[in-house]
Amino acid sequence: MTAPGGAAEHEWVDDHAGPVVRPYAVTGGRARPVTGTFDLISLVTATRTDVGSESGLGPEHHAIVGLCQRMQSVAEVAAHLDLPVGTVRVLLGDLVARHLVQVREPRATPAGLPDDSVFEAVINGLRAL
Amino acid sequence: MDFGPSERPAGAAPLPTAVKILIAGGFGVGKTTMVGAVSETRPLRTEEVLTETGVGVDDLSGVEQKTTTTVAMDFGRITISDELVLYLFGTPGQDRFWYVWDELALGAIGAVVLADTRRLAGCFPSIDYFEERGTPFVVAVNCFEGARQYRLDEVQVALNLDPDVPVVLCDARQRESSKEVLITLLEHAMKTREARRRAVVTD
Repeated sequence: MTAPGGAAEHEWVDDHAGPVVRPYAVTGGRARPVTGTFDLISLVTATRTDVGSESGLGPEHHAIVGLCQRMQSVAEVAAHLDLPVGTVRVLLGDLVARHLVQVREPRATPAGLPDDSVFEAVINGLRAL
Repeated sequence: MDFGPSERPAGAAPLPTAVKILIAGGFGVGKTTMVGAVSETRPLRTEEVLTETGVGVDDLSGVEQKTTTTVAMDFGRITISDELVLYLFGTPGQDRFWYVWDELALGAIGAVVLADTRRLAGCFPSIDYFEERGTPFVVAVNCFEGARQYRLDEVQVALNLDPDVPVVLCDARQRESSKEVLITLLEHAMKTREARRRAVVTD
């Protein structure tokens, strides 16, 4: 790059360029999912083994369906695809709208936390590790 | 973000659900080490990209002025049973990313604040945050080699903690030790809930 503009142009090619450009490219510019909120620990499971010939889906959508043959959290999907969480939320929204994945929101009471049985189960589970 | 019941079919058999615990503390205190010590896989990393506007793909002009920050979070998974998965999230070390902390803390069942006695001030922001938010937490003093050993009550006083907040020693590299910290947190969180319930009743 020999463009005479100085630092401004070069910001496009340094390490920071990736996270700026890729999310928008992958989602076609959309920053919000068409449906759903998607907590980091919402659990995602594919409803089909294959997306098949659904039109309008990109390779990342296919990758998510492949990955979620085994239940994964939103955070795990993002980590495995090496995409920012915000991007993954948009992609998941597309898949939910087409009923290609099911999403289980974290269990919580109206007070915002799970009930005692969940605490006890986690304690027992940790002890058994 | 709220935890609406929209996706939860009424009366259905218990389906897998997830809970999370946060691992907080100052820079270099061993957060990711602890996540890795108890996680069933090596810690994963997920990123949130924060921009000034959050949208605006078509407007490429002025991008060079836009502040874009990538906040990385390391996390691990412990499958408790077919119905229950526990996630451990290391909080981003930079205290200015409260936006991300708020998202992480929402619905968290509790937090471990890791402390290094050589740099005790490193955990002040985490303690302030969880106290203010009312998130149950324990302080786990990570025993680094070469660090002077303090008594736990000395740490308690130095951190100006509520006497109910458990302070424990740990070795964040060790699975058993980290497990014990998590169990202490969960027991403390249950007690806190019980106490709050009683307070509501007697009000």
